[in-house]
Parts: sequence; structure tokens; C-alpha cells
Amino acid sequence: MAFFPHIITYIALGVFAIACIARVLMWMRMPMHLRWELYPVAHEPGNKAKYGGSYLEESDWWKKPREVSMAGELKVMVPEILFLVALWEHNRKMWVRSFPFHFGIYMVIGATVMMMGSALLGLAVPDLMAGGLGTFLHNTVLFCGAGGLGLSIFGALGLLQRRLTDPGLRDFTTVADIFNLVFFIVAFGLALVHFIAIDSDLSRSAGFLAGIVTFSPVALTGSVHEVSFTSATIILMGVLVAYIPLTHMSHFIGKYFAYHAIRWNDKPNLKGGDEEAAIGEMLTQPVSWAAKHIGADGKKTWADLATQEYKK
Amino acid sequence: MNAPLIRDISKGDGPLVHIVNEDQVPLPPPFDKLEDEPRIPPLSDQVKQRFECNLDDTIVVNIPKAKSPAEEEELVNKFLSGLRKSFTKENNWTFLMPLVMSMEHCARCQTCNDACHIYEESGKNPLYRPTYRSEVLRRIYYKYVKEESTWVHGDVDLNWKTVSRLIELAYRCNLCRRCAQTCPIGADNALIARELRKIASQEMGIFTRELHQDGSELQLTVGSSTGMNSLVVKDNVEFIEEDTADLTGLDPEKTKIPWDKQGAEILLIHNAGEIMAWPENVGSFATLFNAAGLDWTLSSDLAAYDGINYGVFYDDMQTARTLLLHAEAARRLKVKKIVLGECGHAHKALTIIGDKILTGDMNTPRESCMPILRDIAKSGKIKWDKSRNDFPVTLHDPCNLVRLMGVNAPQREALKEVVPENRFREMTPHGVNNYCCGGGSGFAIMSGNNFADFRHHFYGRRKFRQILEAFQDEPMDKEHPKYVCAPCSNCKGQIRDIIKYYDAFEKAGIYYGGLVELMVNAMADVKPGYIDFEWH
Repeated sequence: MAFFPHIITYIALGVFAIACIARVLMWMRMPMHLRWELYPVAHEPGNKAKYGGSYLEESDWWKKPREVSMAGELKVMVPEILFLVALWEHNRKMWVRSFPFHFGIYMVIGATVMMMGSALLGLAVPDLMAGGLGTFLHNTVLFCGAGGLGLSIFGALGLLQRRLTDPGLRDFTTVADIFNLVFFIVAFGLALVHFIAIDSDLSRSAGFLAGIVTFSPVALTGSVHEVSFTSATIILMGVLVAYIPLTHMSHFIGKYFAYHAIRWNDKPNLKGGDEEAAIGEMLTQPVSWAAKHIGADGKKTWADLATQEYKK
Repeated sequence: MNAPLIRDISKGDGPLVHIVNEDQVPLPPPFDKLEDEPRIPPLSDQVKQRFECNLDDTIVVNIPKAKSPAEEEELVNKFLSGLRKSFTKENNWTFLMPLVMSMEHCARCQTCNDACHIYEESGKNPLYRPTYRSEVLRRIYYKYVKEESTWVHGDVDLNWKTVSRLIELAYRCNLCRRCAQTCPIGADNALIARELRKIASQEMGIFTRELHQDGSELQLTVGSSTGMNSLVVKDNVEFIEEDTADLTGLDPEKTKIPWDKQGAEILLIHNAGEIMAWPENVGSFATLFNAAGLDWTLSSDLAAYDGINYGVFYDDMQTARTLLLHAEAARRLKVKKIVLGECGHAHKALTIIGDKILTGDMNTPRESCMPILRDIAKSGKIKWDKSRNDFPVTLHDPCNLVRLMGVNAPQREALKEVVPENRFREMTPHGVNNYCCGGGSGFAIMSGNNFADFRHHFYGRRKFRQILEAFQDEPMDKEHPKYVCAPCSNCKGQIRDIIKYYDAFEKAGIYYGGLVELMVNAMADVKPGYIDFEWH
């Protein structure tokens, strides 16, 4: 039982990774769809990305080289991921709650990654970590860890308050929405109390994560009370990590595809281009829509039905 | 104001909401007195007896009342069957990914609501939130198709009231996708409205007469939703050639409209509504293209003289069928490219939607008329006299052309060449952030029962508000004419109807038209007065 928190952590990380990969694969394996872009498209070059122009503003656009600006995409995506720009612009009341919630999570993730990285660096170059870099990382982890937990709890409480009190949101709020926010508040709250009460220098957390990342777990030490408290915190955080990608909170994955595969997907299908085979495959899908005017029988394909003479 | 909750959609017999003038925000002067605004006439008793009238105070789909509980159950099962098919690659590869994305990842944060002109101009009635119908569909999907816990996804009861209201509610959205633009996650409630329309059409055979029988069916069988076959259209265009020569004072050769010219550089496809309702638009294109020395033609093939594709508003198969007819005409004539006239949804259908349908020799390149008009305006081939357009001008951005296609600058650059700089003013907001005219998704051609009143009074109200705001620094009377440039046939129809509904020409001098009319009006070698403000 001494290693139960470690086992849970490995399982949680495994579930998280597998669920995320499954989610990515699900989106990647989606069939090609018709174009459905929405302007502005961030990778349009120059000023076009700003005012919402496209290559379709050019005469004979297919004869001209298509410019795609990755820098333009990054200029939109990075602030959007970090600062939730769309919410800032269109729903300020929600942003003041959602931004701290999300940014706090990023800080906690950052602190966790830094603790793991510090452990690895400590093994590889112990002298380096014993010096100024080690101190800097430690202080940064303290700031991000504690600050992130606090910020996220503040945001989650705000979101919960708004979901429960705003009539427009309340009608759309499900039990799961409440549960998810409460789960975050409890797990992060426990972690924050753990930090304040028995791990203010983060030595317990850092030691535990060092064991995890180096695959040499060490049993938790201290009084029964301390071990129980740390174990409970780790287990709850582990379950939260595993739970997130199994819910609609996996939108951090979906959002990438929403932007790149749908909203900004303006890649033209040029005659003889690489998309024609995929289109051909879609047009041979059998159709079974039941309305009379469709004329489907479950065997005829899209191509068959779209090209047959139309009769009323 | 009645404010229905999500679960109310399955309850009660009558309409869920009644919208009244007093719920609305007054318009700018001189239309700022709510009490002076027209009242919406009620639906007739006969209509109420025959059709499901249980959503609000209008209907557009005309869903016949189910005759028995057994029929109700059958219709509900059909709906569920269609919903299941929507999530299969075979039946819905066309929009499966965007649909799944919007169903699974909406955070229900309600950010998109305030972007919707219909919700805003209803006095913010919850029924018209972009999220309302999506949430109902989402709950049905998870509860009845995926059979997952209602604790996770929320609960709603599924019965004929739910289904009939949901289908009617799918036609309270202009599909302008302004809501989608604001979504922090990328969910698209307009797409869900369209998917609902598809389930109704493709599985249940329920659609609006205007889009289906009088729309796509007429186009696929006769050649145009206007009912014109190729002989009639040629006859009408001949009149347009003559009228344009008279109006412009140009040599008739300069207003000639070529038909079926093999190997032409450009196949120009108009919305045939222009030929019927705005012949000056068709004549203006001919005048400009001829003056610029372009090698162009129209096609008299089935459907190829009418760029409309109403399938894009409700049915993927009808969309594909119409697209193929347009592409086939271009292939047969061996033209170098198709150019779309001033019709927003025709633009989107052929250039965006059709892009992943047309392959091989059916894949003739397609482009908007806007870049060509910009190039003509700046080419130096035509001498412009801007003083002919010495009146206030504002520009409406058709959603299909601008937000959904990114064609934004060329029409502005063209206007700059033909309108005095101090006479042009933008609406607020404009460009990709514009508001729909209220006629989008086919509404502009829907006027049955009292729907036209709703279309003018609610759906088009934000656009009318924008137009009035754009001209507030001008004397608002008939003696000072103002021009709303709306380079899209459906938008133009809607704006025409709003102007008429509010008597806005008589009261404020507001007139409308396309871009090409303004250009021809500024041609130095054209007789002055091509735009006739008295003709409205």
C-alpha cells in the first residue's frame, strides 16, 4: 500500500495519454468534409488575416502561389490558448472567471513539469542544479504551483457561482458541469492546503515526482497523518488527470481541430490535385436517407444520386 | 415576455413565445417610436387548424398536424432515424466532423448569443438564442441515440411537439455564422440549425415550399427557381440588352449579352432573380464586361443561367445536384473559368461548398465577380465620373461572400474608384463582423403566412438599424437620396422589402442597389442618371 499513490499516478498518466491519443486519432480519422471555413483565417498573409480577406480576393487565384503564414496562425493561437482572447472579446463576465481557471491550470502543469525536469537535471548535472539554476527553478515552481492552484480555485468558484446564479447559464448547466467544477475545487483545494500545511517548500511533492519520473518510486515518509494527507492529495489529483480527457473538457484537443480542420481549412481542391482521390472515395459512399426526393436505396452512392436525372 | 426553458420545448400546446413590439429596442430616427411600428398580423385560424403553429407567432415550414398519436410516434422515429444517419460517414461525410465538433465541445457558456441579431432584436428571448436549438438537439442525441446519462448531458423529453418545434426553430436562424465567429472553442450553432434542416428534408421529407418545390426542384427540372426555361430567359435578356442600351445611351453592341460561346474566357452565372427583378444589374454587368473587353458568355444549359443553389440552405443532395449542373455547363462550353454575379450564396455554393465535390474536368476554376470588378475599376479602360455618384453610399457585406468566403476588400476598392471619398461610409460593424440582412438562408424568398412581417420586423431589424445609423449625419428625408450598396441578390431582396415595410424611401430617402449599377452610373460615356431614385 505504500506505493498505492505511485500506482495511481502511473495509471492516471497512462489513462490521460491513451485518452488524449484516442481523441486525436478520432479527429484525424474523421472523413473529409465540405469546406466550412470562417473568416478571418489566421494563416492568410499580411493584412488579409486582420481584416478577414482570403486568396479568393484575387482574380485567377488558382494561377498564383498560395501563401500560408504559420506565423499568422501562431499569432492567433498562442494568445488564444494562453489568454482566451475570444472570451475576452465576446464575454468579459465569463472571462474574468474562465481565464484564471485555465491559466491557473497551465501554471500547475508548468510547476509539475518543472519539478519533474528538475529531478532529471539533478541526476544528469547535479552541480548545475545545486547552484543558481536550481534555486531559480525552485522559486518558479513555488510561484507557479501555489499561485496556479489559488488562481484556478478562484476561477472555478467564479464559474460555479455564475453557472448557478445566472438564469441564462443555469438552464444549460448539467449535473456533470457542477460536478466537474466541484471536482477541480476539491482536488486543487486539497493540494493547496497540503502545500500550506505540510509541504511549503514542496520537498514532498518534488520527491514524489522525482521518483515517478525516474521510475524509482520511494515510499512517502513522515507521520501517518502526513502520509495519508499526501496520499489523498496525489490520488485525487491523479483521478482528476485521468478524468479530464474522458469528458467534454477534452476540448483542448478538439479546439485544435476545430480551428485547423474546419474554421481555417481553406485549402483549395485544384484540378488533378492530391484531394481528388479522397473526394472520389466520399462520393462512392452508399446513401440511405429516406426522403423520396433523395432516391436512396442504401446501395446507390452520392455520385449515383447526384448525377441521375431529377424527377419530381 | 415568455422565456422558455430548454425542457419547455416538449410541453404545452400553444406557441412557446409571443414577441411583441414592446419587447424591442427602438430604431434610430425617424423610426424611433415603437408605437408607430407596424404590428405583426396573427396567423389565420385556418392555418392554425392545418399546421403545427406551436413555436411562436409565425410558421414557415408549414408542417401538417399529425392526425393521430401513432402518426406522431412515426414522425418522431423518423426524426431519430435521421439523427442517427447524421452521425454516419456514409450519409453525412459532408459535415460529420463539424457536427461532432459542435455537439461534443460546446461549453454552454452562452458567449455566442449576443452575436445573434435575431436573438438581440427579439428583445433577447431565450428561444432565439443560437444555443437553444443546439442544446435541445444535443440532449436528444445523447439521451435517445447514444443512451448516455442525462446527468452528464442534460435532459429533454422527445415527442412530436419537440420535433415539430425544433424543425420550425431551425428556420429562425439566418445561417450567417456570426455566432460561430465568437465561439472560444469553435462550436457552430448555425451549422446545427442547418443539420436540423437536413434531417427534416433528407429523412422526413419536410422542407419549406420556397426552398424545395419552388426552389431547388424547379431549378433542377425547369432550369431556374424563377420558373424561366432557357427560351424565356433568352427572351428576357434580349429585352435587358435593349433597355440597357436605351438607359446608357450606348451603342447596342456595347450592351450585348453573349450566349453559349464555346471556349470563352468567362462563364458568368447570375442569380436569375436579377433577370426578373433587377434587370439593370444584368445590364450593368454586360456594359462593364464589354467596356473592359472581356471574353465572356452566359449559358442556356439547364440551371446554368441561374446561380442559385437553395440546397445549401437545407439539403446536401440538392446542393450537389445543382452544383453538378453548373459545373457541367462550364465543362461543355470549355470556358476557362466560372464567375459568379452578385449573389452571395451562389458564390459560397460553387467556390466553397462545391470545392470538395467537383473533380477532374468538372473542376473548372471558379471565382467571385468582385476581384474582376475591382480590376475593371482600376484598369483605366473605363473613364469614371465620380460626381455622378454624389450621394451618401454605404455598403452591406453579404455574409456568404465576406464572413464565409473572405471576399472583403475588392468591392471596397471598386467603390473607391466610382464614389466620391467623402460620400462613402461604412456600417458599424462591417466586413467579416457584419450583420446579416435578415434574408439569409433563404428567408428573403419566404413570405408565406405572416413570415414576411417577421422577416422585416425581427430578422432584418438589425440591418435596418445599421443602415439608419450609417446615414444619421444626413438629412433623413426623401429629398436627400441615400444608396445602400448590397452586392447580393438575396440581400438586395431583403433590403428592398425592409425599405418598403418601413416606407424608408418616402420617410428617409433610403434606396438600394448593387455594386455594378453604381459603377455604370459613374461611367463618363454613359448617359447621366442611370440610377433612377424614383424607381424603387
